[in-house]
Amino acid sequence: MRRRCLSALLAIAFCLPVAAEEPRSGYSYMEPATQAMQDDDFLNPGFFLVDEGLRLWRQPMGPTGQSCADCHGPVDREMKGVAARYPVLDAGTGKLVNLERKIQLETARMGAEPLAYESPETVALTTLISYQSRGMPMQPEIPPQLQPFLDRGRQIYEQRRGQLNLSCPQCHVDHAGDKLRGDVISQGQVNAFPIYRLLWGEPGTRHRMFEWCMQSIRARPFERGSDEFIELELYLVQRGAGLMIEAPGVRR
Amino acid sequence: MPALALCFWLQGFGAASADGLAPLTGQPGDPARGEALLLDMRRVSCLICHEISTLDERDQGQIGPALDGVASRLGNMELRQRIVDARVINPDTIMPPYYSLTGLVDVADRYRGQTIYDAQEVEDVVAYLLTLTEEPNR
Repeated sequence: MRRRCLSALLAIAFCLPVAAEEPRSGYSYMEPATQAMQDDDFLNPGFFLVDEGLRLWRQPMGPTGQSCADCHGPVDREMKGVAARYPVLDAGTGKLVNLERKIQLETARMGAEPLAYESPETVALTTLISYQSRGMPMQPEIPPQLQPFLDRGRQIYEQRRGQLNLSCPQCHVDHAGDKLRGDVISQGQVNAFPIYRLLWGEPGTRHRMFEWCMQSIRARPFERGSDEFIELELYLVQRGAGLMIEAPGVRR
Repeated sequence: MPALALCFWLQGFGAASADGLAPLTGQPGDPARGEALLLDMRRVSCLICHEISTLDERDQGQIGPALDGVASRLGNMELRQRIVDARVINPDTIMPPYYSLTGLVDVADRYRGQTIYDAQEVEDVVAYLLTLTEEPNR
């Protein structure tokens, strides 16, 4: 009986995809100077978004003059751990939503001026809320009804595309740690977003990074905030589950 | 007559065989132009992924094998095949197809219908790579 259990276990082990990688944050691929910049909240150029987000959290929006804080309460208590489990299925719309989309839906519900997907306000509130999960592991909840979204996200991840005909894993799985020109390719994990990217000289969301990557391989990117990018985001969160949230991260 | 036409086609430009791909144009490649192309990083340079230690370029990649001495391992037809479309040799290769549009998905508008290099540029790069006969002294 015990032997049978063992062989069943072995069979399962051999059926697992080869090279199941240990998730590794982009932080570990960075130069020490960039790491130091992220580690110090006073040096971290993305940190102003946390302060800006907090101002917006308390600011009355829409005709009722209510703020996020009026309903939710203190952000550090009520939003703790939220970013670690997003994207989630939104009960109201039945759609998969990430934090940015959820913030848009909520401010719309308050009757406020609609926030553009990547408006400074959306990015600031996303950073504020993500920051409340800093140091907590990304831990998406994948109930059965989310499986189709996850599967589509994986398809997008694995699809070769663009003039350079590359899929995400061809670089970020097969060649993570190798040099592409002067840069080291990371695993392409999403645990530090929103990030301040030195190359951009400003902050950016997960979807801005997806867009940048797709443009680099000369592919037509999906829209930021599109269903496709949120599905890809869900897949990447699941792929990197267990990595600590680092928001606001700093990347080269 | 059809047999003759087939023979002509087989000897024509860009004809594939087990050994690789025949020249794509009637004009021999220019190694100097090939080298200049390789050093132009905006043109999806080989150096993004491969190393050529004799070239004066600091940021060279390590994704593919180093190209030092590549001409002692591969002939012109084999080199050309790998540049034009390395998927013929390995369908899962990470190497982008420099002169093929086959199977491309969601190409950005700016590049749709265009190959990375044109035929003469492929010939120039092949001509340059054929000069890399020496393994480097490390």
